[in-house]
Amino acid sequence: MKNGDAVPLVKLENVNKHFGELHVLRDIHLTVDRGEVLVVIGPSGGGKSTLCRTMNRLETIDSGVITFDGRPLPAEGKPLAKLRSEVGMVFQSFNLFAHKTILENVTLGPIKVRGQDRKAAEQRGLELLERVGIASQAGKYPAQLSGGQQQRTAIARALAMDPKMILFDEPTSALDPEMVQEVLDVMIGLARDGMTMVVVTHEMGFARRAANRVVFMADGQVVEENTPDEFFTNARTDRAKDFLSKILTH
Amino acid sequence: MNELIEYGPALWEGFVQNLKLSAVCAIMALVLGTVLVSMRVSPTPVLRAAGAAYVNIVRNTPLTLVLAFSALGLSDQVGLVFSDDPAINGFWLVALGLSLYTATFVCEALRAGINTVPFGQAEAARAIGLTFFQSLTLIILPQAFRAVVAPLGSVMIAMIKNTTVAVAAGYLADVAFVMKDTFDTTGVSIPIFLGIVVAFMAVTLPIGFLTGWLSRRLAVAR
Ligand SMILES: Nc1ncnc2c1ncn2[C@@H]1O[C@H](COP(=O)(O)OP(=O)(O)OP(=O)(O)O)[C@@H](O)[C@H]1O
Ligand SMILES: [Mg+2]
Repeated sequence: MKNGDAVPLVKLENVNKHFGELHVLRDIHLTVDRGEVLVVIGPSGGGKSTLCRTMNRLETIDSGVITFDGRPLPAEGKPLAKLRSEVGMVFQSFNLFAHKTILENVTLGPIKVRGQDRKAAEQRGLELLERVGIASQAGKYPAQLSGGQQQRTAIARALAMDPKMILFDEPTSALDPEMVQEVLDVMIGLARDGMTMVVVTHEMGFARRAANRVVFMADGQVVEENTPDEFFTNARTDRAKDFLSKILTH
Repeated sequence: MNELIEYGPALWEGFVQNLKLSAVCAIMALVLGTVLVSMRVSPTPVLRAAGAAYVNIVRNTPLTLVLAFSALGLSDQVGLVFSDDPAINGFWLVALGLSLYTATFVCEALRAGINTVPFGQAEAARAIGLTFFQSLTLIILPQAFRAVVAPLGSVMIAMIKNTTVAVAAGYLADVAFVMKDTFDTTGVSIPIFLGIVVAFMAVTLPIGFLTGWLSRRLAVAR
């Protein structure tokens, strides 16, 4: 280890999680390095979302340890809120605040969580909206925007908190096909800029262009970890090969 | 018709008491109802249980009993006194009882409103680092309120009409009491009866229209 930066940003050790009888995460060992883009892929119900959500403690775990930035995730209260403010999250269904304008969606966190001055937050918010290509929509409400525009707003909302990492849970699955690329382009831009990202997605194009590593998850386990090229052309496990043969046919 | 004109001023004075009670109770019930619903959805089991117990007990108790409890239990037994002037004291005992009662309906209306807010809204709020209290006050309740403006209007209309049982807390000044008092001397008078009905409708009908209009205007598009 050369310096502090070599400590992974996120580390999951022996993590287990149940929903009642269902064992959704089984002995998960996983690290996410700083600046790394990790793509999580796998069949429906395999535990990808759950894995993603344990990293900002939207889901609690039953056993094991998750550390973020060298410290175990706080259990509750102010420290947990602070952790969440440092980990952005982009949801499949956007989840923009429906009663707030696009700009307000982006400035709410900086103003209320970080205590930033409104003027400064709005200026920064507009810059971020510019960056994701929707500054002209700043005064509109979420329902007035297309899915792609809403998802780009959600990315700007996450960026406004200057997160150390952003979690994406199937960010393009709810989009009409013609809007998928505009969102992926923004994400590829973030990856280029060195943002640490965990992305649950089946978008192979994105994985190949932006990911450093692919994790294949099934039945609550990490079945395979590989480079994107290796994974898509030459998967090691039968489970992954079987899965790929299914998604590649459509 | 003559008796309505003759006793009009006294009846009007009584009706003003109903209006004052309504104004005071509307504010207190909305505030307390919001506190109660916050308890009912809080992550702390003790608060949730306390909120649920309060709502279920008070909402299912007849209003006359709540008011009697306010006057006899809180005032006479516990010694809660708002003023040495019995009229003012009586007013506040009614206001307290009716607010405690109406708050439970406000709470349940708001809770129905909270159920219309998609779960993802609260998750997104938590995910940017808002505390539970911030998520509730900045994201959930504003959307919940907008969803239940019309039902809250109905709660307010019911509350305004409920001011006429003030006598149950020993408050002998509202229009229903004045009416009965008047009937004791004039005998039952249809014009007085209708006059009071019209007076209430003059207040409650606009509230119905206004909240109906507001609920369409404020609706959150999803
Ligand atoms: N809150 C919950 N309560 C109970 N069971 C749940 C809950 N959330 C998820 N599950 C179950 O846990 C399993 C893993 O779910 P998860 O959402 O993590 O899978 P996924 O890999 O993201 O699937 P998908 O590709 O469909 O999104 C599934 O069987 C799911 O039904
Ligand atoms: Mg999922």
